[in-house]
Amino acid sequence: MKSFASRVEDERAYLLRYASLQLRDRHAAEDVVQETLLAALAGEAGFGGRSNLRTWLTGILKHKIVDAIRRAARDGTAAAAEADADFDELLFNQRGHWAAAQPAWPDPDASLEQAQFFAVLEECLARLPAKTAQAFMMREHLGLETGDICKELGVTPTHCWVLLYRARMALRECLQANWFSAR
Amino acid sequence: MMLSCKEVTHLVSQGLDRRLSAGERLRMRLHFLICRGCTRFQQQMQFLRVAVRRLGA
Repeated sequence: MKSFASRVEDERAYLLRYASLQLRDRHAAEDVVQETLLAALAGEAGFGGRSNLRTWLTGILKHKIVDAIRRAARDGTAAAAEADADFDELLFNQRGHWAAAQPAWPDPDASLEQAQFFAVLEECLARLPAKTAQAFMMREHLGLETGDICKELGVTPTHCWVLLYRARMALRECLQANWFSAR
Repeated sequence: MMLSCKEVTHLVSQGLDRRLSAGERLRMRLHFLICRGCTRFQQQMQFLRVAVRRLGA
């Protein structure tokens, strides 16, 4: 039977990948994972074997990530200028209609059963501009409401919707190009 | 006033983040009736949400 400490340590790589996706910064990710592992070891009693260890650790990590984003927003590091990925001009014509026919995605549910699909999805997420990715992951992965995301990132609700829109458009294009049309 | 596809994609995205008004939902549904591209777009957005939630689950 492995010790609690070594079972926690076994999850480090997973947690690091998770944090890197959300924070877009290797050093910041390593910091929050370290904080999470320390908090976990200090709070072993809180785990008590009730739930899945990874789920429990991810729960702690999410709080650490939100704290890190909040600190970064306060320091202004997250406010760095973003490349304006504007798909609108490519996708739509001047009257706002699709410039080209939009192909259907064949059997998307089958993709959810394939590890390779999630590898492509992670790669697509990694290509998003930092702030766009943060807004998107806070919304879709951490399940925060838009109001909270705006506050954390220091942007207006309208800008928040634009960030989420851009993330979705970019991910859709990326999945289309690297998964659905490649099959 | 008919919505353009571009406007519909913005509404579909916002529909995942806020409650759309009855008018917005109605105009969006009318648009879906005549536009296959936007209908597919909406399905793809719903799929994307499910896929990202399963990521690392």
